[in-house]
Amino acid sequence: MTKQIKAVALISGGLDSMLAVRVMQEQGIYVEGINFFTGFCVEGHTHAIRKQDQNKQKRNNALWVAEQLGIKLHIIDVIDEYKDVLINPKHGYGANMNPCLDCKTFMVTKAMEWIAENHFDFIITGEVIGQRPMSQRRDTMNIVSRDSGAKNLLVRPLCGKNFPATYPEEQGWISREGLLDFNGRSRKPQMALAAKFGFDEYAQPAGGCCFLTDENYSRKLVDLWQVQGHKDYDFDDVLLLKIGRHVRPRPHFKLIIGREEGENKFMEGYKKRFGYLYTKSHPGPLVLIDGELKEGDAELAAQITGRFGKGKHADRITVALVDTDGNETEFEVTPMSGDDFPQEWYL
Amino acid sequence: MTTHVLDVKNQLCPIPVIRTQNQAKKLAPGDILEVVCTDPGVVNDIPAWCRINGHEVLGIEKRDNGEIVVSLKI
Repeated sequence: MTKQIKAVALISGGLDSMLAVRVMQEQGIYVEGINFFTGFCVEGHTHAIRKQDQNKQKRNNALWVAEQLGIKLHIIDVIDEYKDVLINPKHGYGANMNPCLDCKTFMVTKAMEWIAENHFDFIITGEVIGQRPMSQRRDTMNIVSRDSGAKNLLVRPLCGKNFPATYPEEQGWISREGLLDFNGRSRKPQMALAAKFGFDEYAQPAGGCCFLTDENYSRKLVDLWQVQGHKDYDFDDVLLLKIGRHVRPRPHFKLIIGREEGENKFMEGYKKRFGYLYTKSHPGPLVLIDGELKEGDAELAAQITGRFGKGKHADRITVALVDTDGNETEFEVTPMSGDDFPQEWYL
Repeated sequence: MTTHVLDVKNQLCPIPVIRTQNQAKKLAPGDILEVVCTDPGVVNDIPAWCRINGHEVLGIEKRDNGEIVVSLKI
C-alpha cells in the first residue's frame, strides 16, 4: 500500500494560501492547515467591538477557507512567542512596524515543529515571488527556507517552478508540471486560477490581515514603547491600541477615548486596570487614563473628555474621575474647544 | 458522556475558537462542551470549526444578558 503523503499549509485566510492548497490537493496530497494567531490579526476584534460594525461579516477567513478546501485547520496561539519576533526582528521592520521576514521565518519554523510532532511530510505556503516587498522576494524567500530549517521541505506551489526542485519533487511525491510560475504583484494569475478551481468568493484583505502594516497602529505601538522606556507589550495593549481615539496631551499620560457605544462597553472591562473619566452631566464617552496624572492634569483630562461628549458646546459640564480603587472625584469644567485642541495630541 | 463548560466570556475571536479547540482535545468522543461566549463572532466561527473537525453543534443559545452558549458534541 502506498503511503499517503501529508502536507501542512500555512493558512492566512486569503486567496494565495487557498490556491496553494488546492494545487497540492490536485496532486493527491493530503493537506491540513495551520493558522497562527499573533494577536495582531485583530480585524475581527474591531468588528466585534464596534456597534456600528455589528452587521458586518464576522467570519474567520482562515476557518472559512479550510471549510471550502475540506481540510482540518489548527489555530495556534503564538501571542507570547511572537513578542520576540516583533521586539527583536533580526531583519528589521518594513514600512511600519511589520517584521515580515522574521514573521514568515517564525511561522515556517513553527510549522516545521508541527510536522515533526504530527508526522507530516512537508510544508506549503501561498507565497509568490515579488508579491510583497519584504518577505516575498527571491532572496528573502531563500532566507525563510534557510533560517526556518525547512530548507527543501518548504513548497511554494504558486511559484515553485521559479525555484530549484524541492524534496517532495525529488521524491516524486509531487510533480513540477503541476506547480506554477507566478511572479510579481499582479493578482490576475491568482484570480484566473481561482476561477479555474471554481472559487468565486474569497477574502481580499487590503495590505494583509496584520495591523503591524498599518501606519496609525504602528505609531501608537511606538508611542507605547517610548513611554514605557522599553519594548514590551501584553495582549491587552495589542487590543487597546486598536480601540478608541488615543490622545497624548502630556508625555506622562494618554487618554483612550471611546468612539461609540460598542467601544465604551468593551473599555468598561479595563476599569480596574486604568483610572477613567466620564461626563456625568451629559452623554459622552468612557475615557481611560493610561499614565499618571500630575497637578492640573485632572482638569485638563476632564476638559478633553467634555470635548468628545454631547456637552461639548455647553458652558460648564460635570466630569467624574474614577481611580482604580473606585474613588470618584467630580470636576466642573468648560469643555475644550476644537481650536484649543492641538492635532498633534492625536496618536 | 460528560458535560463540560468552557467560559470564554469577554474573549474575542479567534480566542474562543482556540480555547474550544484546545479543550476539545482533552475530551472523550460523545462528551458535550458548552462554550459560554460574548463575542457574536462565535456564532459563525465555532460551528465552522466544528464542521471542519467533525464535531456536532447541538445548539446555540442567545441569552438576554448578551451571553451566547454554543453546545457541541465531541
